[in-house]
Amino acid sequence: MADHSVASLDQNQWQRKLQHIWRERGTVVGGVIILFFLAIGVCGFFGITPYPVVEQHPLDRLSAPDTTYLLGTDQFGRDVLSRIMKGTANSLQVAILTVGISTTIGTMIGTIAGYFGGRLDNIIMRTMDIFFAFPALLLALLIVTILGTGLYNTVLAISIVYTPIFARVARGQVISVKEMEFVLAARSLGGGHFLIVIRHILPNILPVMIVQVTLALSWALITEAGLSFLGLGTQQPEPSLGLELSSNRALAEIAPWLILYPGLAIMLMVLGFNLLGDGLRDLLDPRTR
Amino acid sequence: MTQYLINRLFSLIPMMIGVSILVFSAIRLVPGDLITAQLGTEAGMLSETQRQSLEAFYGLDKSPLEQYFVWMSDVLTGNLGLSVRQGQPVLDLIFDRFPITLELAILSVLIALIIGIPLGIVSAIYSNTILDILARILAMIGLSVPNFLLGTLIIYVLSVYFRILPNSGDYVSLFEDPVRNLQQMIFPAITLGTSFSASVMRMTRSSMLEVLTEDYIRTARSKGIIEFLVIRRHALKNALIPVITLVGIEFGYLLGGTFIVEQIFAIPGIGRLTVNAITRLYKGSRSLSPSTLC
Repeated sequence: MADHSVASLDQNQWQRKLQHIWRERGTVVGGVIILFFLAIGVCGFFGITPYPVVEQHPLDRLSAPDTTYLLGTDQFGRDVLSRIMKGTANSLQVAILTVGISTTIGTMIGTIAGYFGGRLDNIIMRTMDIFFAFPALLLALLIVTILGTGLYNTVLAISIVYTPIFARVARGQVISVKEMEFVLAARSLGGGHFLIVIRHILPNILPVMIVQVTLALSWALITEAGLSFLGLGTQQPEPSLGLELSSNRALAEIAPWLILYPGLAIMLMVLGFNLLGDGLRDLLDPRTR
Repeated sequence: MTQYLINRLFSLIPMMIGVSILVFSAIRLVPGDLITAQLGTEAGMLSETQRQSLEAFYGLDKSPLEQYFVWMSDVLTGNLGLSVRQGQPVLDLIFDRFPITLELAILSVLIALIIGIPLGIVSAIYSNTILDILARILAMIGLSVPNFLLGTLIIYVLSVYFRILPNSGDYVSLFEDPVRNLQQMIFPAITLGTSFSASVMRMTRSSMLEVLTEDYIRTARSKGIIEFLVIRRHALKNALIPVITLVGIEFGYLLGGTFIVEQIFAIPGIGRLTVNAITRLYKGSRSLSPSTLC
């Protein structure tokens, strides 16, 4: 009997260790992937690439990966690695700016709705519901059609799409936090609305918002790549991972590296943000503890 | 409960009005106008009087508010206008294309359930073993592969290694030739269903893990019921409730998320119709007619 207990204790410990390793490793792997792509993106942003991204080498068209061109060249003889580096910079730039804008505006809107409640909350959230009625990509497509293509218009379009998501999450959090005793105490001490929100409510909804930001970065990357894939995001000759994939699809049979490497870059970045988001959710979101 | 449902239904009315205002504004805000969209370059040859009479004919001389009410009454009576490119009523185009998208979405859900539920069950039963970790890694990868990448890779693998081109040839409807239709739809459905199968797997796993610790499962096991029956009869029935909720919510997203997959596999569904209308209008003169966008 005693042996059996020891055995099950050992088993439980092992299970816990395995679980811990899995969680931590996932987060660490996610973090490392993101840092790696951030480094690549920074190099791409400042033009620290093996070749200029639009420079054509007509004699080396569709070269397979070798020591001269580490990831090969495209149909114009442009270096694929350099284009992936700049494409990563563009994609990350769009994702970070988008999530930055939608987090700020969405959190503000959601906080006002959740904190004041009543009719104001109803009006704000029903307005947000109008945006939720549209599929994300369709709404982004519509906005881009109105504004025109380009990096900053893409940022604006995706920001409009994601703002309601942050507003909804922030509102839910604020509603639960505002009923807590420390908020009531601050209110009974004569604290104004602005002070209560800034000092007591926002710091307490921050962990959930951080998790949301990490996950939203992966959605924004996919939406940007999707828009570019459909030809309504970044425009040639400026590189974007989605655009590289879309414009080289027809050549995949003779030059598979043209779709494999940009595709791998998108997938790894999204995987990185998902792993990081999952890990942070385990760590920061009280509902999943 | 009935009161709650009635309230919810009534709250939909202002939201639908809001959606209609947004759609109407989007149509009007896109650069260009209906006359240019219909006449193309010839629109530049119109005299001012001709343009004014055409504007009066299409009601473009009215105030935006009046135009909205005319448009809204048309929409409510099923008149969505004529497609500039195809000359057909837009409503007919939607009725033609919607069943294709619906079929794609249903097939995707089926694929997601076929992959996701067994994987989730195995992952929960063998929780924290190498099998579970592998299943979770697979699910995480499934969630991280954008469908345009997966679709492109599927076409590449099929065309290079199996000499099959899933996006070639004319679309055949399910009622004409079910086998050929399934051949055309299966790969787009796999593309669309993969990331959803990852969500189903994760939901099934977490729900099963929760259910497996319940007292009635312990009771069933202590009665000596074999593990397979405990899982099938007692655990699975309860564990699948949140999965069904997830399917309900995700089905709507799948219906609205077919744009890229239909584009890649040349499936003539509602997604492709929309994307083609938008890109054609954008890449052309950037002029938009309300009917083309609908």
